[in-house]
Amino acid sequence: MYTEQVMDHFMNPRNVGEIENADGIGKVGNAKCGDIMQISIKVENDVITDVKFKTFGCGAAIATSSAATEMVLGKTIDEALKITNKMVVDKLGGLPPVKLHCSVLAEEALHAAIQDYRNKQNGVQSAEETVPMV
Amino acid sequence: MNRIYMDNAATTRVTEPVMEAMAPYFCEIYGNPSSVHSYGRESRKAIETARRQVAQALGAQAGEIYFTGCGTESDNWAIRGAAYARKSKGRHIITSQIEHHAVLHTCAQLEKEGFEVTYLPVDEYGIVHPDSLEKAMRDDTVLVTIMAANNEIGTIQPIEELAKIAHSHGCLFHTDAVQAIGSIPFDVNAMGIDMLSLSGHKFHSPKGIGALYVKNGVKIERLMQGGAQERTQRPGTENLASIVGLGKAIELATQDIPSHNAALCALRDRLIDRILTEIPETRLNGHRSQRLPGNVNISFRYIEGESLLLSLDIKGIAASSGSACTSGSLDPSHVLLAIGLPHEIAHGSLRLSLSEENTLEEADFVVESLKQIVDRLRAMSPLYNAK
Repeated sequence: MYTEQVMDHFMNPRNVGEIENADGIGKVGNAKCGDIMQISIKVENDVITDVKFKTFGCGAAIATSSAATEMVLGKTIDEALKITNKMVVDKLGGLPPVKLHCSVLAEEALHAAIQDYRNKQNGVQSAEETVPMV
Repeated sequence: MNRIYMDNAATTRVTEPVMEAMAPYFCEIYGNPSSVHSYGRESRKAIETARRQVAQALGAQAGEIYFTGCGTESDNWAIRGAAYARKSKGRHIITSQIEHHAVLHTCAQLEKEGFEVTYLPVDEYGIVHPDSLEKAMRDDTVLVTIMAANNEIGTIQPIEELAKIAHSHGCLFHTDAVQAIGSIPFDVNAMGIDMLSLSGHKFHSPKGIGALYVKNGVKIERLMQGGAQERTQRPGTENLASIVGLGKAIELATQDIPSHNAALCALRDRLIDRILTEIPETRLNGHRSQRLPGNVNISFRYIEGESLLLSLDIKGIAASSGSACTSGSLDPSHVLLAIGLPHEIAHGSLRLSLSEENTLEEADFVVESLKQIVDRLRAMSPLYNAK
């Protein structure tokens, strides 16, 4: 049902955890649907220098979170924003159709973290609790 | 890798004695049971032997047993067949919220056809209370269908009491006993059961064979048109070898239920007690004692069921979950929601279902594996704050 890449990211997830004093945190999904993703980022000179995730969810949710964090590490904010859920899915060698929504969640969590970072830069209150819940 | 199979509520292994009983009925004895010649007569004889074996296991007469293609067909036939046969008397059916989809979706179809269905709630353990059935009975109720034991949480229903209430209102009582054969001793007459569905592959016969018991004198409509098989009620050439397998398997499954249950309960309770005491923030779903001897259903907070199953599978352990992610829908199990679990806890449920072939060593290995897996997944969960 899952590709080798998915199982690899599920069993050996990259960048698990939380960053202390993160520059941006995005949390999306809800427990009712069985998926919650939280991505935190550290940004220096517009470059993502550290990224961590925590995920409550199925194998695909954990694997897409892991793959997404790997893809954005070392990227500029603009580059990171260009990463789509399709790119995450491709990196994992595909997902079963019923699991595609998990990859959307990874993209949304990343965008929410970046939005939170930008809000903080602009002096807006943390958006962590107000990001869209899907 | 040694694998451990703890998904026996999904299906079971065909055991060697069952396979041996079936073996001649492919290449050697293959006549059409409806044929007049000696080939046909041999096959007919085997089917009638199997019918007696099924009848004996249920305390029924051979003429009350009909072979079907599966438990789902038996449920469809019993419910729709009875509803159609009695529709001039009334169009109200009562069932429970925690039935198998073979029953729930059949009832939903009947609703589309103009029948009314009441879905009785269950308590926090999954028990249908007889007084709630009594309150739901109406003058136009024609059928009550309540499962003998639940496939997910193993809760055993008080079917004798429920049947008594149905009868006191002149109603038929059907039970889906698919999970219960071999664990609950059945005596259909003493228990007041008018129709009973069973499925062979839950007790070591092959997949694709089931049976329906219909009490003498109870009239239900047939759902298919065709030949005169099964006393004209279920047309189609009989699945000869599987019928023989079903007969042998039910004989073996019901020959010593008390010792079978004692062995399974010991394993079940070992699993339940160790998991609940050694893994924090877990809860047993279903009733502690009024439950199938082979059923363990536990929710692990802060983690999701499919990732639990995948992790167990990597260690060679086969189990199942009520998580939405394993069903392809967005909602977790209707059974877990009906007993009042919040969605997020229902998503983190695990079902281990045992057979007499599981061992204490396997149970202990499963617990040790679960401890590691749950730790790992909780460390990844944004809902879990390690204390």
